[in-house]
Parts: sequence; structure tokens; C-alpha cells
Amino acid sequence: MSYITKSPWIIHYDGSSCNGCDIEVLACLTPLYDLERFGIVNTGNPKHADVFLITGGINEQSRAVVKNTYEQMPDPKVVVAVGICATSGGVFRECYNIMGGVDTVIPVDVYVPGCAARPESIIDGVVRALGILEAKRAKMAEQEGKKQ
Amino acid sequence: MIEEIIFAIGFIILAPFIGALIGGIDRKVTARMQGRVGPPVLQPLYDIFKLFEKEKAVVRNEVNFYIFSYLIFVVFTGALFFSGGDILLVIFALTLAHAFLILGAYAAVSPYSHVGAERELLQLMAVEPMLILAATGFYMATGSFAVKDIALWPEPVVLTIPLIFVGIVYVLTIKLRKSPFDLATTHHAHQELVKGLTTEFAGPTLGMVEIAHLYETVFFLGIVWLFFASMPWVGLAAVIVVYFLEILVDNTTTRVRWQVMLRSAWLVALVAGAINLGVLALL
Ligand code: SF4
Repeated sequence: MSYITKSPWIIHYDGSSCNGCDIEVLACLTPLYDLERFGIVNTGNPKHADVFLITGGINEQSRAVVKNTYEQMPDPKVVVAVGICATSGGVFRECYNIMGGVDTVIPVDVYVPGCAARPESIIDGVVRALGILEAKRAKMAEQEGKKQ
Repeated sequence: MIEEIIFAIGFIILAPFIGALIGGIDRKVTARMQGRVGPPVLQPLYDIFKLFEKEKAVVRNEVNFYIFSYLIFVVFTGALFFSGGDILLVIFALTLAHAFLILGAYAAVSPYSHVGAERELLQLMAVEPMLILAATGFYMATGSFAVKDIALWPEPVVLTIPLIFVGIVYVLTIKLRKSPFDLATTHHAHQELVKGLTTEFAGPTLGMVEIAHLYETVFFLGIVWLFFASMPWVGLAAVIVVYFLEILVDNTTTRVRWQVMLRSAWLVALVAGAINLGVLALL
């Protein structure tokens, strides 16, 4: 029995998005979509988080921040790239300071399409991420069992 | 003696579940007040189980020792209270527990957790006078510091010390970490500074803090009940009303500065305590 899928806490970071995807992520937490009914809470603290939601492409300045935030999260953890910018750089990909999608810095588990990504597809992406989270947890527990 | 041990063990086993249930209903009611559906009632338990599934990441190993001591002393406080022990000892054990929590936050070197630790110290300072006055009030009303004697007192203590009851309900908001006094940390995942104290705790360490919070909730509601102990059902109703009020206040107020918290808590303690104890002393 695993509880990690029943209480995934989210940290949300805005790489260099136009704020379009950003407000959609926050819309998920408002009464209309009410993510909290799935036990999802927006923490703002990487050490408490299980799911890392990133919007926007990664630029030279946010690279270190994203990497640092990702590394502070305790295992198991998943990364969800929200919006086209986060998956590939989107309309900004030709800019001189943009490195591209989130996967140029950290491994991404789920890509959510859309510009801006709709709340429904964000929720869908998070739910798919939960399956991956559970798989990671099982693997982690197995490895710990082997060590002992 | 046997009875007391049974009560203590009963508290140790049952309190986390009762606390989680209260917390779950709290979140459900809060959600309804905001026009949402809200998480399942058992959500606090899921959260804690999840935290123990996570990686054991800790800044320094001392932190775990301090937080574990915090948990142990909170459990001790509650067990002592429900087994009818000395109420002064109960209050001191509670203070010691929080001293460990603060040490834990200080040991996790980080500006956020230091700010949280300082705020927790201020909360402790704000609450302590009222708790001591409450113990004095119980003594003047019943002639005993033992929780057992107070609970067996033939009439509700609240009739003798109504103002002290008001004062306790006031500081309860601070102790249950509810808005407007959720300065050091809340059990809801607010952000940055508000999560201050627990910013650096992850996985099982945070889980221990959460469990301690469940024990604390039950313990404080026990104190509210003690004011009505001779009429148990009225006491239960009072606990429900008081907790509902806490949720209402939590949802309708914004956070205040620490100065306001400290001054208002001391003012309430001074006014409620002094008037009530003064009248009792004159009678
Ligand atoms: S995908 Fe569209 S809405 Fe989202 S950050 Fe990029 S440009 Fe903005």
C-alpha cells in the first residue's frame, strides 16, 4: 500500500514563462478545479514537495535555480513540464538567452502540451505523474530492501 | 493507579487518530467555507504516511534528535494530563517540548528556519502567562493542581473562572497554529516565512512534527474540556463549538504581526487573569 499518490505536494516554479501557463497552474488550485480534493497542496518549499511543476523555458539565469530546487527535493520526486515553452522553448526557443525546454537541465517525467496549457490538461498531467511517482517509490523501497 | 495508566496508554494510542480526524474535518469544513469540496477526511493520516515513505534527508543529524525529543515530550505532556497528573508539570513539559522544537529549527542552519524559530519563541512567550494563570485559576477554584481532582470537582469549573476560559480560548488560536496567529508555521502548507519553522524538515522528520501536532490538538481540546468536566457531554459540545470558532477565525482573518500577537495575548492574560483571580481572592 502506498500513500504517496494520495498526498502529492506540489512546488510550482516559473522558469521564464509569459505568465500564461503560470496562472493556469494557479487556476487549478482555485475553488473551480480544487486540486486539494486529491490531497494536492501547493507548498512553495522544495523540501516538502513531491511534484515539481515548471512553466516556461529555461534561460541562463533560471538554470541554476531550477537545478538547485530539483536537487533539494527528497526522493521520490517527479517533474512535470507545463506548456509548450517548458517542453521545447516554444515561441521563445530562438531567443539568445533561452536554453530550451526544462529537459535541458533536469530530467522531465511528464510533458503537458498547450499554449497556454488548460487546467484540465495540467490536472491530467499531474495524475499521470502520480503513476510514475508510485513506480519510483516502489523502486526506491526495493533498493532499500536490497541494502539491508 | 491502574486506571491512570490505562488513561495514559489510551491517550498515546488513540490521540493521533482522533487528532487526524479532527484535522481532516477541519480541512473539509475549511474547504466548504471557501466553496470547495476539500480532501478526504483521513487526509492528515495519508500525509503523514506519505512523509514516512520519503527519503530521509536532513540538514544535520542533531535535528532528528531534537524533533524526536519534541514528539516524546508532547506525548508525555498529553499522557500526564489525561492520567490526571499535576497541571503545573503538564505545562512545564509542554514548554520543554517546544524548546526542543525551537532547538531543532535552530540546528537546521537556514535563515528561514531561524526566523521560524524566533517566531516560535515569541509564540511561546505570548502563551505562557495565560497557561500559568489558568493553572492558578484551577487551583483557586478547586484547591488542587491535580488534573484528576479538577476533573472530579462536582460543578463545572468554568462557572468560577469564566474569564480564564475566554483567555484560554484566545491563546488556543496561537497554540493550534491558526490564523491570525500562525506566525511560526501552520499545518496547512502556506509558503516561505509562514512555513518557517519546518522549512528545513523533510520526509520522516516533518512527519514527526505532524504527529506531534495531532497529539497537541487533542491535548489542548482536553484542556477546554476540563473546564466543563463535571458535565462531560456539555464539555464535548463546548469543545466542538470552540474548535468550530477556531476554524471560522482561521478562515476570516489575515495574519498579524508578532507585536500584535504578543501584546494582545498578554493583555488578554492580564485582564482576564487579573479580574478573575482578583474576584476569586476577594470572595
Ligand atoms: S506555452 Fe504559451 S502560455 Fe505557456 S508560457 Fe509559453 S507562451 Fe506563455
